[in-house]
Order: sequence, then C-alpha cells, then structure tokens
Amino acid sequence: MSSSIDSFVNREYQYGFVTDIEEDTIPRGLSEDVVRLISAKKKEPAFLLEWRLKAYRRWLTMREPHWANVQYPAIDYQSISYFSAPKKAPQLGSLDEVDPELRRTYEKLGISLTEQKFLSGVAVDAIFDSVSVGTTMKKELGELGIIFCSFGEAVQEHPALIEQYLGSVVPYSDNFFAALNAAVFSDGSFCYIPKGVRCPMELSTYFRINAANTGQFERTLIVADEGSYVSYLEGCTAPKRDENQLHAAVVELIALDDAQIKYSTVQNWYAGDSEGKGGIYNFVTKRGKAAGHRSKISWTQVETGSAITWKYPSVILQGDHSTGEFYSVAVVNNHQQADTGTKMIHIGRDTKSTIVSKGISAGQGNNSYRGQVKILPRAERARNYTQCDSMLVGNRCGAHTFPYIEVGNATATLEHEASTSKIGEDQIFYCKQRGVSAEDAVSMIVSGFCKDVFQQLPMEFALEAQQLLGITLEGSVG
Amino acid sequence: MTLLVIRDLRATVADQEILKGISLTIRAGEVHAIMGPNGSGKSTLAQVLAGHPAYTVTGGSITYDGEDLLELDPEERAQKGVFLAFQYPVEIPGVSNAYFLRAAYNAVRKSRGEPEADPLEFLDLVERKMALVEMDPAMLNRAVNTGFSGGEKKRNEILQMAVLEPKLAVLDETDSGLDIDALRIVAHGVNALRRPDNATIVVTHYQRLLNYIVPDFVHVLAGGRIVRSGGKELALELEARGYEWLTDGAALAEARA
Repeated sequence: MSSSIDSFVNREYQYGFVTDIEEDTIPRGLSEDVVRLISAKKKEPAFLLEWRLKAYRRWLTMREPHWANVQYPAIDYQSISYFSAPKKAPQLGSLDEVDPELRRTYEKLGISLTEQKFLSGVAVDAIFDSVSVGTTMKKELGELGIIFCSFGEAVQEHPALIEQYLGSVVPYSDNFFAALNAAVFSDGSFCYIPKGVRCPMELSTYFRINAANTGQFERTLIVADEGSYVSYLEGCTAPKRDENQLHAAVVELIALDDAQIKYSTVQNWYAGDSEGKGGIYNFVTKRGKAAGHRSKISWTQVETGSAITWKYPSVILQGDHSTGEFYSVAVVNNHQQADTGTKMIHIGRDTKSTIVSKGISAGQGNNSYRGQVKILPRAERARNYTQCDSMLVGNRCGAHTFPYIEVGNATATLEHEASTSKIGEDQIFYCKQRGVSAEDAVSMIVSGFCKDVFQQLPMEFALEAQQLLGITLEGSVG
Repeated sequence: MTLLVIRDLRATVADQEILKGISLTIRAGEVHAIMGPNGSGKSTLAQVLAGHPAYTVTGGSITYDGEDLLELDPEERAQKGVFLAFQYPVEIPGVSNAYFLRAAYNAVRKSRGEPEADPLEFLDLVERKMALVEMDPAMLNRAVNTGFSGGEKKRNEILQMAVLEPKLAVLDETDSGLDIDALRIVAHGVNALRRPDNATIVVTHYQRLLNYIVPDFVHVLAGGRIVRSGGKELALELEARGYEWLTDGAALAEARA
C-alpha cells in the first residue's frame, strides 16, 4: 500500500542546473585575512571592517549550536570558500550591462532582469552567489524616496543608514551563524522606506547559489520609517550538487512608529536527492523589531527546499500596541529535516502576536516546530494566539512540536492550539472514487491544510507556493 | 441495455479468498439488492467494483458499459460513472465540502472533454441537490465529513451521488447507523435519482432499507458466492427466516466443491 504513496511524491527539482560562468572565487578557508579581503573587495568603510573583525573574533569563541532537532555531519568551515562572484560584474545601476549568461539564468528561473519585460508591480534585487547582479525598478522607487539596492551599494551610497541600523536587531554576537555571517557576509539587499510612504510595489530579492563549495552569506536590512508600509518577497534556488552547501543569512527588519513590514519567503533551495545526498543547509537568522508604537511586522514563509532548515523568523514587540505575526508552511520530503518556528518577544504594552504554523512531513522527512512566546513584565495586556498543526504523509516521517511559553505579566492572554493529522490511503482512495486523481487529491488536501497561511501571501506568490507544494510532495502518496 | 456483467469473479484480500466465483448481470433501470450475513463478501464486492487497491482480483471478469472495468484505475471508473457510497465515509479535514464537490464534478467533466463548471451555476446545482437530501447549505462550508454525525456522513454520500449522477451507483451498507428519519431521507434521495439509464446496487444486511428502495432483484451472498437470487419477495423471506437456511446450503455447496 505504501508503495502507492511512495510512487507519487518525487518530481525533478527543475532549478538544479549550473550556470557556466567565470567566477572570481577566493581560496577556501576562513581567517582574519579572508575577512579583510572580502571587506577590501567591497571597498568598505572602516566602521564596517571593524564590525566584521569583532564578529569574527567573537565567532572564534563560539560553538556551533546543536540543540535543534536535526542531524548532519560536522561542517568544516575551512573547506568553504567565502566569496564567489561572476567576473563580469555589472556596473552599479545599469541592468543593461548584466552578463547575458546571468540574464539567461534568471530567465530560466522565471525572473526577467529586463525592465520592460518585468512583471509590473514587483521590483527585484537578484543575488548570484556572493553579489547582487542587478536591481530593477530603482528609478520608479527613487522618485518616492524609497531606497532599494544591493547591500554593497547601500554601504557606498548610504553609509549612515547602514551604520545606524546594521546589527541593531541581530547583533553580531547573537548566535554562531549570525556571527559567522557578520564576519563574512558578501552582499544582500537593503531597503529604506521614508516616512509616510506606502511602497506601491512588491520588493523582492532572489537568491541564487551557483558556484560549488561556496557558502552564501547575505544580509538583508529593511527599515520602514514612521507610517510607511512595504511588502517584501524572497525567493531562493540552487543547483543540484552532491555535496552540501551552507547558506547562513541574516535578515533584520525595523519598523518605526505606525510602520508595517510584510516579509514573505518562498524557500526552494535544492533539498538533496531522494537518498538524502546533497542539498543546502539553510541556517538563517531572521528577526524583526517592531520598534515603534502601533508598528507591525508580519512574516510569512513557505519552506519547501533545503536539506536542513533551521530558522525562526521572530518579532521583538517593543513599541506599545505593536503587532507581530508568523505564518508558516514547512514541508519536508525524502530525507529533509526542518526545525523552524518563531519567537515573539512582548516588551511593549498591549502588544499582540499571532502564530500559525503548518508542518507537512512526507517520505522520511522530519519536521519540528519550535516556538517561543515571551511576555516581559512590562508588557501589560499582551496577547498571543498560536496554532500549530502537523500533517503526516505516509508512515516513515516525523512531526515534532516544541512550544516554549514564558509569561512575566499576569494580565497576558495566551492561547495555544495544536493538531496532528495524516493523509491516508483511505483519503486518497475516497478522492479517486470521486474521479479526482491521487496527485490532485494530495494537492487538494495539502492546500486545504495550508489555506490559512497561503491567504497571507501576495497573489503571485500564493500560486507559486501552491504549485511548489504539489511538486515537493509529488510521489509521496500512492 | 446491459450495464454490468460480472462473470465468475474471484478476489482476495491479504491472500485470503473472499469472493469465490460471483456472476451477476445488471441492466440499466434496475435496482439490485445484495444481502447476506457478515463476512459473506458483500462489501468486498462493492470495493472490487470501485477498484480499491487492497483487493486483488484473481479470476473472472467485469464488463461495465462494454468495457473491461478491471483495466480501469479507480478514478477512471468514477469518471465513467461508477459511484460507491462508502460504508465508512472518509473525513478530509481542511477541504470544504463545496470545494471537494466541485473538484469531483470538474474532474468528471474534464474526463469527458467538457469545460469546468461555472462556479455560480455549480453552486445553484449543489443547492438543489442538497434540498433533495434535506441538507443545510451551511454544510457546504464544513470540511468533508469532518465532525459529521453518522447520518450526516451518509447523507453527504448521497449528495455527492446526486451531484455526480452516476450510471452505476453502489450503496455499501448505506443504511447502517441511520435512524428511521435519516433512512427515509436517504432512500428518498436514491429513489429520486433513479432513471431508465442508470442502475443501483444496494448492499445491505437488513431488509429494512428495501422497504424504501424497492429492488427488482435480490441476491443472497454467502461464503463468497451468490447462493440464491430472486425478486423483492426474497428479502421478506430472509427477514422472516434469517440467513441460516441459505448459508447451510452454501456450506454444503462448498463441501461438495
């Protein structure tokens, strides 16, 4: 019976191709010299090099954390190259100069870097290995005073903003992978929305890992000034390779008074083959600070890729009446492992957070939800609602839930709901008996399960996410 | 017109032979009742007709509407008009009844090369069919069978049948667990769907349902064989005499075989 389930979850990973392009890759290994080299390549100001070095020295004193419910062989940090960039790097600001090979790569990924062809309503910063290769719609955004560019460009053009906000939400000393990122990060996206501006289009970063034996360490920093609004999308893919690759990113969001940031991710890194060989280690620190009064930060993630996912997009609810949200769908199939969830830290009064987590496990995948809700003593009348559902497909997968709740103020209201369900052969047969194919049945059942989260995604993304889910689970039910 | 011809059908589940040579012919417009004691193979026959993967056909043939039914996948059978009302309808959390009905309806249309139904027209159709089984339209927004009472589940099966308008409907113990009012409603729904060009197989343990859905033929299944066939009066005889007088005969027949 389970063979009928098995035969149904595995379609080819369609983004697994490699782009043949000349890259400038520095020798493997990590040292203070490497940190200085990266900083020099990026022509960074002294404050940034200083910050990197502090992070590196701190990292040397830290140990890789192993509390997550995932298993992997030890990572040799000296066998990774920390910087790789296409040789023909484009000049800042001109998309016309993007290497045609790179342009073709992104077209293949469904992303056009040609302004005219670009889907209206979305601006993209395309990151290829360690560098940004182009940002679209800059002119249109510039007219509103919105800054949207690669991190490297922001360091050159807006150093004061970087110095003010970099590390203000995720300090370099935060954790092992954040410290590593702070030391060696190569590029990423920067976004600043000025006071009172509602960003008229979706901003988006597309991360692509191409080179072998490299790690990708990028930083995203988004600052929403008072009363502004921005919706931000992140997508990611990588070639199929037999060895594991490390992706240790940091995302920092800052929302000032009355500002709103909506951050959506569809993560589709290469997950390894059906035997569990290869794939990306996605060890990411994402955190938002709802710093201002009545500010709001909302994370939505659809995690379908990576061999191992280890991330907890969190919100520090500092401003009074601020809101934090976390909507997540995490799917594991074959030998994938995910330990993901969120932290909601209530500091301000009348702060409110919502957590909706949907975990789907298929094949021999292992899925863990780990969440923390912390109400600090000052947080009068804080409220949290958590809903945490798991779905199992087949008999060899696992689902785990680790909720942590700390309440330091008696006026807080917390709710926690959880459920576990299973897609069974009986359900599939029932659907088939009504004329619906097994594939459509699984996709219908899974979509129904994920509905609350998909509703949070911007429209184009919701469709993509739904299709991706179908692909990821194909072959898991039979 | 002959709709279904079963010849010498043999089937096993978990390597145990359950059906030991069943032959049955059903013409359009007819209602056949399959009765028999527990474990006689009634539900197995229903599941084999629908193509449940747990059952293996080891011999014989089933011709449906001129085609070899055993060559078709379960979803193809459904698309071609074979409908099984489940004895234990399955719960599908998160998928609304409305969505499920539409997916099934459109899957059947698609297989015939017809375009998808307009959502508003479809809603109209469903609401009319719901009235037939006296179901509250609010049930459309609830997840398929999830948290439904036994009676609600069975009514939901008949609703699906009403929407899909099958050529061959197999009702597997649809009366089990129903109180008398629900039984009447379900039977009314089934009767309303009877047409000269479709046929119904009613699998039941008790004669009770047959007071409401009057069969043209009654077959008694025992030990994996049809041991007696007759008209509707046979059901009454069974009610009066039980199954034993027939099953003893079946046991004898088996001993002779």
